[in-house]
Amino acid sequence: MLEARDLVLASRLNGVSAQLRPGEITAICGPNGAGKSSLLQVLAGLLPPERGSVLLDDEQLAALHPRRRAQAIGYLPQSGEVAWDMSVRNLVALGRLPHADAGEAQVDRALAALDLRDFADRPVSTLSGGERGRALLARVLAGEPRWILADEPLAALDLAHQLALLEHLRRAARGGAGVVIVLHDLALAMNHANRVLVLDGGCCAADGPPELALSAGTVERVWGVPARWLGEPGGRALVAGSRPSSNSD
Amino acid sequence: MTRPIPTLLLALAVMLPLSLLAGRVWLDPWETPNAAIILGELRLPRALLAVVIGAGLGAAGAAMQGYLRNPLADPGLFGIAPGAALGAVASLWFGYAAGPWLLPLFALAGAAGAMALLALIAGRTGGIALFTLAGMMVASLAGALTSLAVSLAPNAFAMSQIVSWLMGALTDRGWPDVWLAAPLVLVGIALLAMAGRALDALTLGEAAARSLGVSPGRLQALLIAGVGLTVGSGVAVAGVIGFVGLIVPHLVRPLTDRRPSSLIVPSALAGALLVLVADVVCRILPLVTELRLGIALSLIGAPFFLWLLLRMRREAL
Repeated sequence: MLEARDLVLASRLNGVSAQLRPGEITAICGPNGAGKSSLLQVLAGLLPPERGSVLLDDEQLAALHPRRRAQAIGYLPQSGEVAWDMSVRNLVALGRLPHADAGEAQVDRALAALDLRDFADRPVSTLSGGERGRALLARVLAGEPRWILADEPLAALDLAHQLALLEHLRRAARGGAGVVIVLHDLALAMNHANRVLVLDGGCCAADGPPELALSAGTVERVWGVPARWLGEPGGRALVAGSRPSSNSD
Repeated sequence: MTRPIPTLLLALAVMLPLSLLAGRVWLDPWETPNAAIILGELRLPRALLAVVIGAGLGAAGAAMQGYLRNPLADPGLFGIAPGAALGAVASLWFGYAAGPWLLPLFALAGAAGAMALLALIAGRTGGIALFTLAGMMVASLAGALTSLAVSLAPNAFAMSQIVSWLMGALTDRGWPDVWLAAPLVLVGIALLAMAGRALDALTLGEAAARSLGVSPGRLQALLIAGVGLTVGSGVAVAGVIGFVGLIVPHLVRPLTDRRPSSLIVPSALAGALLVLVADVVCRILPLVTELRLGIALSLIGAPFFLWLLLRMRREAL
């Protein structure tokens, strides 16, 4: 269990509490400036909160040795930066740094899980955006963390790659990992997350199953956009900019 | 990818004895009178000093480029070389440079001062941008004070001594300089090598590196100490020698797997080779006075770097 208790961070988080469970995909949604990335970084132990605390399996995250924390929590930043043009295998092997071993078996597993075996020896600069996104996620998976925290991992990907990456995350969650992702695309959150945490102005505006947390009413209240959901559960589409009709939502 | 370490070691093993024979007068160890004294007391310490200084500069350059994630970074950016130069210039200015140890000790004190200032300003946060700015500020301050010392030199002799020392050279260096610089540079390279894995993690950016368990404060401390010892002791015994830390990692990187950790030791070896060869070139050129090593390296380095940039531009097109 990864638990946020009353987190406060200089004008970015104003008392956020949440209990995140392993085996689930939790999506953090909210408008720009709502505090999504800040919350993710505090949960990953990268930003110390001014008040409140994060508990990892009832242990204070701040008190954990950085290496133990890194073994438990894999963090995928939004930037996707890879400063040096190393091979995909070497990039993925960076995920083993907290374990201080080569972890060849784990690296091979991560490469295989994301269909990167054929790319293993290619320089990162030769990858397409989708392949690069997969390689960066494989880097996190190679550390075999119990928690995967990813900041907008789908932002630069086309639809097919978005769905493929979500499938990989779902597989990790089925394997027992807790997955927490910041998502801008509300339809993806609605259809693929087990749980959605909606942030607004640094506060938790809604928290629960996607059908409840992302109701048309919440979308209008938080994003200020009238919207309605179409389709069936698991295949919902958001029509924004139109008032909900009486038979939807 | 090739294996650069054995190749570079072999090149050094060939070049080091050859460099002992080269000079204004080429030595025949069996024929030249007093060959043993010339080799043992003049050329061997000078060659070893070139190896030691070059190794330090190469390793420091590789670590700096890894730390700043920028192939244009140079050890001079941290202000440690200008700090050491200021220390040495102060000893010349006050006329304390007569003893064999005083000038290098002043230079080391200058390097230590720059390191302490860096640690004081930027050490708490571990942020790279603030650290770089602090380094540039220290470099700029030390440079200004050095210029001030030159402009207010007590006499023409001191001014000429300062200016010629600032150009960097290995002329007339002996065993005491080797004993002073070698242990410090070796410890410095070891510290930089210890930072290798953290530098690898930094490839993914600061946040990702911290999420991989890297402590920014510890990494910064390792770099300040490592660059301080390698560059500071190099400046202390040979003056300011530029370009090695910038060029060598560039040359070596394509031979490695491009992880910063795999670049540090090969860069040390290649730096040693470059300074050794450059010093030989300084010795054998038929000029009235010996070409200063710092000038020679800049003369080789700047056009080479321009060529490198043009090639990079062509590849980018």
